[in-house]
Amino acid sequence: MNKEDYIQHGLNEKEAEKLLEGLGREPTITEMGIYSVMWSEHCSYKSSRHWLKNLHTQGKQVIQGPGENAGVVDIGDGLAAVFKMESHNHPSFIEPYQGAATGVGGIMRDIFTMGARPIALLNSLRFGDINHKKTKYLLSGAVSGIGGYGNCVGVPTVAGEVGFDKSYNGNILVNAMCVGIANINKIFYSAASGIDNPVVYVGAKTGRDGIHGATMASGEFDKDSEKNRPTVQVGDPFTEKLLLEACLELMKEDAIIAIQDMGAAGLTSSAVEMASKGSVGIELCLDELPKREENLSAYEMMLSESQERMLMVLKPNKKKLAEEIFLKWGVDFSVIGKITDTKKIKVIYKDKVEANIPICSLADDAPMYVRPIKTRKVDKNLTPQKTNISFKEIILKILNSPNICSKKWVWEQYDRTIMANTIDKPGGNAGIVRIEGTDKALSLSCDVTPRYCHANAYEGAKQAVAECWRNIVSTGAKPIAITNCLNFGNPEKPIIMGDFVSTINGIRDASITLDFPVVSGNVSLYNETDSVAIKPTPTIGGLGIIEDLKNLSTIHTQKDGDIIILIGGNGKHLGRSIFREVIFNAEDGDAPSVNLNNELNNGNLILNLIKNKFVNSVHDISDGGLIVTIAEMIISSNIGAKITFQNNLINSTSDHEKLYEEMFGEDQSRYVITVSSDKVQDTINQCTKYDVSANIIGNVQKNNLEIDGLVTISNNELIDSYESVLPSMMNIK
Amino acid sequence: MDVSLIIFPGANCDKDTSLAIKHITGKHPKHVWYKETTLPKSDLVILPGGFSHGDYLRSGAIAAKAPIIKDLIKKSADGIYVLGICNGFQILTECGLLQGSLIKNNSLKFVSRNVRLRVIRNDTIFTSNFKENEDVNMPIAHHDGNFYIDDNSLKKIEEEGRVAFRYIENNAKHSPYNPNGSLNDIAGVYNENFKILGLMPHPERAIDKITGGDHGAKIFESMFHSLSQ
Repeated sequence: MNKEDYIQHGLNEKEAEKLLEGLGREPTITEMGIYSVMWSEHCSYKSSRHWLKNLHTQGKQVIQGPGENAGVVDIGDGLAAVFKMESHNHPSFIEPYQGAATGVGGIMRDIFTMGARPIALLNSLRFGDINHKKTKYLLSGAVSGIGGYGNCVGVPTVAGEVGFDKSYNGNILVNAMCVGIANINKIFYSAASGIDNPVVYVGAKTGRDGIHGATMASGEFDKDSEKNRPTVQVGDPFTEKLLLEACLELMKEDAIIAIQDMGAAGLTSSAVEMASKGSVGIELCLDELPKREENLSAYEMMLSESQERMLMVLKPNKKKLAEEIFLKWGVDFSVIGKITDTKKIKVIYKDKVEANIPICSLADDAPMYVRPIKTRKVDKNLTPQKTNISFKEIILKILNSPNICSKKWVWEQYDRTIMANTIDKPGGNAGIVRIEGTDKALSLSCDVTPRYCHANAYEGAKQAVAECWRNIVSTGAKPIAITNCLNFGNPEKPIIMGDFVSTINGIRDASITLDFPVVSGNVSLYNETDSVAIKPTPTIGGLGIIEDLKNLSTIHTQKDGDIIILIGGNGKHLGRSIFREVIFNAEDGDAPSVNLNNELNNGNLILNLIKNKFVNSVHDISDGGLIVTIAEMIISSNIGAKITFQNNLINSTSDHEKLYEEMFGEDQSRYVITVSSDKVQDTINQCTKYDVSANIIGNVQKNNLEIDGLVTISNNELIDSYESVLPSMMNIK
Repeated sequence: MDVSLIIFPGANCDKDTSLAIKHITGKHPKHVWYKETTLPKSDLVILPGGFSHGDYLRSGAIAAKAPIIKDLIKKSADGIYVLGICNGFQILTECGLLQGSLIKNNSLKFVSRNVRLRVIRNDTIFTSNFKENEDVNMPIAHHDGNFYIDDNSLKKIEEEGRVAFRYIENNAKHSPYNPNGSLNDIAGVYNENFKILGLMPHPERAIDKITGGDHGAKIFESMFHSLSQ
């Protein structure tokens, strides 16, 4: 093994020495490839593993935490929700349609591998500056890809977020989340067992696509990144649908001992993981592998990331039954090996041993680094700014800005109503999906505010968890658990690693206080191009339960004459706000901090108000502050609002700074609710009981947003500003 | 009423349609695998939505060649009722049971939204529970829903009153009310004897107020009402 070989395989000198030590001899080329992918950042989590164990992963609702294909939580009635989020960032930048499509395909397989039927998809997308030359192409491609895959398989996309920021110019983020429902006694895991039991390959045939995809996703980009296009996998959602139905049909039988999908690092990773979890060995004969093309080498077959493939260990007496099911669905089925007691992975092709590696050397003994960290200095100061534009223009400009505007152009390309259980559409607080055959629903949201994380990784991470929690609470659901996708730059830079560690601490602290444990997740590092890193983006995907569909709440069900109440106090914090970003083009100050105890208490109050049917609609306050929250409620319902600030601020309009804070401040843990006049006193009493500030700030009225004495904007003007951005950018007629 | 639902590989609205039938009639339809050669005794056959055979080649084109379709064509000549929803509509045009074709949406994008529809006539077994010219809402979700046909045939369809549903104005801003560019805003058509209906909207997703409306239920109620007598 010369230096050129291991460098080309993404290993450094120390790792090469470790390889020789673990293997006890020179590797074959196939072994070299296997080490290369298993020890890649993407598969081994070598920079993050040490820190991830600090996450809070426990709770009585948790059936399976991180470490399996997906997390599993108890949702009552003998049912479990199985969910996870995963990144497909690097491939989506190189080839947006296929990169995003296979991201969706991969996350769905993680869910049905565990025995759950997928019932909802979500996604969190980040693109570069809206005016950057590649943004339109990448947005259009990624959205078509997500729709193209999810729509065809037939799983509704019910919520998500889309953000734009120049730090993503060279590295977009595509984070896809899937949620499935399973019988609590019928969860399938990946630990192999039973010496000589057959190892079965099902699904699409193996081709040359995606070779070294995991390694590609473990490095930075430069100007030549597009040459990596062949490492991007190609998706076939039709095969995925057949594989899904065949797997779920087989899972009704008592036939599967272990099952694992072939994701990053393909057959290599699935075989090693199954053997490692079961503390057994595995022997594969590649002659039996279903192949898409002739003359594939063992190296290529072991590293291929062809999609829509699964590996299973079956009970020997169920082999025939299983084969019949897969043949009925027209999906390949082939016994390609067996479980052994060697604790090694042995790969044979054309009677030649191509690889024979101790499993522990690839898995448990993979490199792990505690990299140097440096904490980012937080500058709390805001540069003084002045503007002459009117309040009306400010409001319309904010609604018209890329990070606030309607994302309807995006979500209209996703089938949201298939399965006929979707209750609330995107654009609300969270996606709401009824659980078939019950009066319950899941409330689902994914959230992160990268401009906060960039200023203050710890507070930003707390905020991401809290906002996700708040979105779920706003629908009337009890938050249950989260998954995450931690997207960062190059971990070898102490400042990036410092952000990462602060993020872990922030997520941990928030999830402990809110009893919102992490049950699955994924880390995506090296999101950098020519040494420019993305903003830290720890996407949080949350799941909550609405126990009774009669007690759910939305942002658009207010009634004319309702009283509008601000819960959680007046806004003050303008650091890193949308207001300053849009109006002053300023990225300054600290992120708003989240008082987690207040978050919990305010949320519990909201759940109580919804349960008691005191409120007609609820919306949490986030990006853009109070006025954007109210504007979104108006746009969603086409019913206006009259806002009156109680403290005579309007009379001292010279003090604009104070008004900006109240209108656009992004202080956390706050909600806007609307209440019929006969319920106001009950509502205020509850707020007093919970010791939460409640200010009556106005009432619902028909046709416009009127802020007393300052500005009147018609509903239509609000809608036009909010809705027109993406259609005109993407040149829709 | 005996209902059969043909299942093609890649169909993904079969479960929803089955549940909608169960919801209205109390009984699940019979599921018929596309490789079968004979339909069971049925008053009505439904071709559900989805992506039969991945929509490869052309939406509905491969499914139109399925063994069961031969028998469907034969039985429809004998007077059986047929409903094709979305991909089912595409299959019906591909196999010739309905005229015209469904080409790519004029936006060239998949579109999923709630549309406003006018029920043009209420004297068929599919629409008897609607009022004449009743306006209803139903979801659509398709990439190829742009109904296209030559001028003479279109004229004939109009003259014979074979347009079942039309997209109409819905006050939505920044998106056209006709979601796909279909000729004469056609969302659904009948064959010559009004026994076969194809439509792009998904009535099976509109049977419950809580999931966005129940106007689609009337199609199932109409069929049940008409065929159970």
